[in-house]
Parts: sequence; C-alpha cells; structure tokens
Amino acid sequence: MREVAVVGAGMTRFGELWQSSLRDLFVEAALEALTSAGADHVDDIYVGNMSGGQFVGQEHLGPLFADHLGMAGVPVTRVESACASGGVALRAGFMAVASGMSDLVLAAGVEKMTDGADVTNVLATAADQETEAYHGITFPGLYAMIARAYLDTHAATEEDLAWVAVKNHRHGALNPKAQFQREVTLEQVMTSTMVADPLRLLHCSPVSDGAAAVLLCPLDQAKQYTDRPVKILGSGLASAPMALAAREDPAFLDAVAKSADRAYRMAGVKADDIRVAEVHDCFSIAEICCIEAIGVACRGEGAQAARVGLTALGGRIPVNTSGGLKSKGHPVGATGIAQAIEIYEQLRGEAGERQVEGARLGLTQNMGGSGASSVVHIFQGV
Amino acid sequence: MAGIVGYGAYIPRNRIKTEDIARQWGKDPKTIEKGLLLKEKSVPGLDEDTITISVAAGRAALDRAGIDPARVGAVYVGSESHPYAVKPSGTIVSEVLGIAPDVHVADFEFACKAGTEAMFVALGLVESGRVEYALAIGADTSQGAPNDALEFSASAGGAAFLFGKDDLLVDVLETYSYTSDTPDFWRREGEFYPRHGGRFTGEPAYFKHVLAASREILRKTGLKASDFRFAVFHMPNGKFPLAAGKELGFTRAQLEVGWVVPTMGNTYSGSSPTGLAAILDVAEPDDLILITSFGSGAGSDSFVLKATELLPNRRDLAPTVHEIMDRPKRYLTYGQYAKYREKIILNT
Repeated sequence: MREVAVVGAGMTRFGELWQSSLRDLFVEAALEALTSAGADHVDDIYVGNMSGGQFVGQEHLGPLFADHLGMAGVPVTRVESACASGGVALRAGFMAVASGMSDLVLAAGVEKMTDGADVTNVLATAADQETEAYHGITFPGLYAMIARAYLDTHAATEEDLAWVAVKNHRHGALNPKAQFQREVTLEQVMTSTMVADPLRLLHCSPVSDGAAAVLLCPLDQAKQYTDRPVKILGSGLASAPMALAAREDPAFLDAVAKSADRAYRMAGVKADDIRVAEVHDCFSIAEICCIEAIGVACRGEGAQAARVGLTALGGRIPVNTSGGLKSKGHPVGATGIAQAIEIYEQLRGEAGERQVEGARLGLTQNMGGSGASSVVHIFQGV
Repeated sequence: MAGIVGYGAYIPRNRIKTEDIARQWGKDPKTIEKGLLLKEKSVPGLDEDTITISVAAGRAALDRAGIDPARVGAVYVGSESHPYAVKPSGTIVSEVLGIAPDVHVADFEFACKAGTEAMFVALGLVESGRVEYALAIGADTSQGAPNDALEFSASAGGAAFLFGKDDLLVDVLETYSYTSDTPDFWRREGEFYPRHGGRFTGEPAYFKHVLAASREILRKTGLKASDFRFAVFHMPNGKFPLAAGKELGFTRAQLEVGWVVPTMGNTYSGSSPTGLAAILDVAEPDDLILITSFGSGAGSDSFVLKATELLPNRRDLAPTVHEIMDRPKRYLTYGQYAKYREKIILNT
C-alpha cells in the first residue's frame, strides 16, 4: 500500500443555509479543496451522503456532483453509511490512493437537511426498520436509552451529560464555520426542553446543511500541492448489530471500539499517543461512549472527562475542538469529512484560537445510526 | 392628503390558554409559553366567522368616522379564512353595513398580510379621487393543525380602517411594499390546515421581509426608530415582533402597546391591524407610528402614520381594543375548542 496524505481541504459554513442547494454545497466545498491545493483536476471522487433522496428528492449524486463541478467524465462514487457516510467516503478515497488505483482523489461529504423534509423520520431510516423504527422509536429515543443504560451502570449524572454540551459549545464559539458560535451555560443545558428523557434539547446536535471536502494523494506526491501535508496513518471500519436491543451492552459502542482498534493497529499507535480527537457527539451521551470506546477514557470514566477538563481545550486530549456535531452542526453526510478537516488544520497548526499546541497525532471517529457502523482515521502531521 | 378617518376592531370572547393546548399534546406548558411568549388566544364562537368579525370591526370604523355608510365607495376584506371558497365576504359585509350597492367590493388573500393589502389599495383609491371613502378590513378565524406549533397562535379577530380625505384621525405619510417568492407557509385548495416550512418561516421569510420593508420606509422618510412613539410588526407569536423591533432599534416601550399577541394570539390578516387599532386607542396628536405587516409567500407592507388632533375626540365613539379584550371571557377546554373549531369528525 502507498502512504496517503491529505493535501487540501474545503468546507462550507454549517447551518441553515437557505440559499444553497445540495449541489451548491458540494461544489463550494469541493472547489475550495481544489483551490487550496492548486489542483485543476482529480482522478476520482468519493462523496458521502446519507439521504439526498429523502431530504431533497435527489439520488444518483455521483454524476450530478461531478457534472456541476465541471468534471463530468471523472469516476465518482456516492458512499452511504448513514451519519458515517463522510468518514466512509474518506476511507474509500484513502483506499483508492493507497491501492495505486488513483493518484489525486477528492473525498467529500454533503447533506442538505433543511429543505422541508421530516428530518426525524428521514434519520430514523438509519435504525432497524423492522425491529426499531417501525415501532416508533426515533434517534433521540435510541440515544436516550443508551444514556439511561449508561447512567444506570456507571456513577454518572445528567449533569455529566450537560458538561459535554457546555464544553463543545465553548469550542464551537471559536469556530467561524460552526452553526452555533456561542457558549451555553450548564444551567441553560440542564433546563432546556426535554426531548427524550434524559436528553434535553441542548444535548442534541442540530439539523444542518453543509459540505466538506478533502484532497488526497500519495505522500510522495504531496509536496506538489502543499508544504504541510497530513498523513493518514490508519483507517478502521467496523459494524455492530443494527438494533440497539441486539447488543450485549447498549452503553458500550462495540463498532466504535473495533474501528478504533483497527485504525490504531494499522497506524502502529496507541490511544495514549493521540493529542487531539474529533468524535461523533450526535448526542452528549455519544461523546462519552465514544471516548471510552476509542480508549481516551476508561469504561465508566468518560462521563467525567468534559467536567474535569480532560477533553476541553487545554486538557490532556482535547476532543471536538471544532465544536463537535453539537455546536459546529451535523449535516450528516458531511460530518466525517468535516472532522478530518478539523484534525488536518490542527496538525498543520492552522486552528487559530482552537489550536492544540504541539499536536502531532490526531484521530477522527464518525458513526452511523446508534453506532451500528463506525469509522476511525488516524492522522499525523508531516 | 388621504388618511384614516375611522377605525375599529373586534375580538371574539372565547379563549383557550396556551397551557391547555400544550397539555393536550404532552408538551411542557412553561416551555411553550416561554418560547412563544403566548398566554392565551381568542377562539371564534360557533356563529362567528371572518364576515361577522369584519362587520363588527367595520361598524366601529364607521361609527368613529360618523359618515353616511352609503358614501363608502370601496370595501375590501383581507383574510385567509373567507368562509366561502367561491362567493365574496365583502358583499355580505357591505350589505350589512349599509354600504351596498353603490360600491366596489373585493376579497383579498395574502396569508397574514391581506389586511394591510386591503389598506394599501383603499388608500390608493381615495388618494386618486376615484372614491370618496374606502373601507379596508383585515380579519381571520385561522386554523393551525392539531399538535402543530401554529395551534398555539392561530386565533380570531380583525380590524377595519376607513380611508378618506377630510377629517383625518391619522395621516398616512408614506407606504412601502416588499415582496418575493418565498414559500414559507401555504395551504393548497381542498386542504383544511396550512403547512409551513418550520424554521424556514423565520429568518428567510418573516425577518427578511419585515426588516427589509421597515428599513426601506425609514430610508424613504428619513426617519429613525427613535422618531416614532409606537411601532407594530406582524405577530405570528410573541417573540418575532419583539426581535424584529429590537433589530430595527425600537425599544420595548415603543412596541408594548401594539403587541397584543400574548393574550389575543395571531389573528393573521388582523394581526398588525389590531395592534395598530390598539395604538390608535392611546396615541396623541403628532405621534408617529410605524406598522409593518407580513404575509407568507411572502411580503410585507409598511405604513408611516401620524396621529392628528382629531384622533382623541373620536376614539370614544367605539370600543377600544382593550375594552373588547376585557369583556367577560369564556375559557374553553381543549375538547370544547376542538368542537368549536370543527376538529372533531361527526357522523352526519
């Protein structure tokens, strides 16, 4: 396998982007990624998107996007793994370069969620239709059950959940691309509208529009495009039983742990080596479960991480310096790529006020559904 | 110069509390009340509709003007809940008020701004000299779908403004309209309840149009927020008009009088017009007033008005908005409300 580097990145602002359509979002992010690297062509495109069909009635996204990018003719593949679509598109792009199939690959993610679709129902298609969604459960409901299982098993409180949102909003307030560039207080989180007990409104990531794109090439060609490439050291993908009820421990995200193990093994690094991470905090409880599953915190101790500052900027391993899905926004198909861009910027020392000093190794973790799919990437500044 | 020579309002006496609607659907009443700034809303009685509301408001406007109804040359009723899909509301209204048959009549529809739309046209006809007096009414008995956010606000009521050239109660100094194709809220032919674009109804719809229209009329007149004693903006809920007003530099004190929505609800085509009527109930000579409506689809009409010396002498000739609101109320349970609003399916 060839060594692979990220050499360019582009991203729209995340939020309610009423003036931009699905294709507009993709083109904006893709052009920025190409421009940032001074590239005038690509050999291959992979684009993550969860549900263009249900959100805006548009499928067959590959050729549509290539066409509107002015690149009709280029091979293009749309990748779907629910909210992990972006991360899996990055993995597909990584494999295309690593295998020698393609030299210059655009890996993108995009979602247009605010065009009038019933978002909760569309997202629920990422649950098991026969054993879960059919009976009326929604994602806030599923993650609330994960939270209940966690709170019942471990010495953790609803306040611990709230600290995750407080921390991520504090980070997001520093991110000009974030949907909510503002801090929230513990009290605001604790008194926000109850959505699915114990998850309140400010425990939940928002409905967002947005796109993100990165440009990948073999490491030995990277200097053509940038002075500071970021190497992808490892990529891990895993699955778990689709339905929450089918899992041994609903409060432990098995696919996340497996995907992280695979990525660490490929990278030849340990969890302790990671200095900055972006994880999938679609709900506050998800960040807690994810940092345990990737080994940043021990089982049962993830709940304290945000409160004690372990995962805050300035802590031992800052998590979701971008603001995470909670504050930056969660255009589901774009999230995995946006996470990679945050780490790319961190490892290049370009994260401004969010910069984690001296960060050399970073990790992204992106998952689909209630954790039935998870993809982890490990990056190294070169 | 043309302006308002008479005005009036009408609000049904039935009410339902926000907390009763919230409880019905398993929502937290405090959260809803805090989020929408709504305490209760008016509900039409079984024998009330847009036409009866228009007649009551129109009669009050004629009473304040003290003119012979037969001199009114135009009657325009703006509503999105005209009782008939085909057959005008205005014919009944003009007949009952003693205006017909020597009159031009039309029904207007533009979601929540049909009332100010009627005012706009009535003013123009009077200014041109085509008619001596023109009566413009905004009234609605609008429905929000059960368990929809709109159910907390959609209420019943209306206001009427009679335009003429002599004995003005209010001068119209300037008008401005701002319109774009923005599909934020709609109801197709045959559908009982309207649909809406959720959060799309906010920033790109309500705020874009209300702010654009208000800013342009301020620019045209060279006035600034602090020059006005009162301002009223369309009130789809309690929050939006306060936010729009704040954005434009108006203080809470300037907005308070016309901000009738917390206990009235959103009377749609009657919303900013009833707020204006409440302002005229207390305005003093030379007070400047800004009104900006909003209708989904979407557009805003703005008027800059100035109260005259005559206004205080005429306001007692008909009930004020607060006198109407303070009449004995009848609080409905959700069940009674559902029956009154024909939300219960009966065998016929």
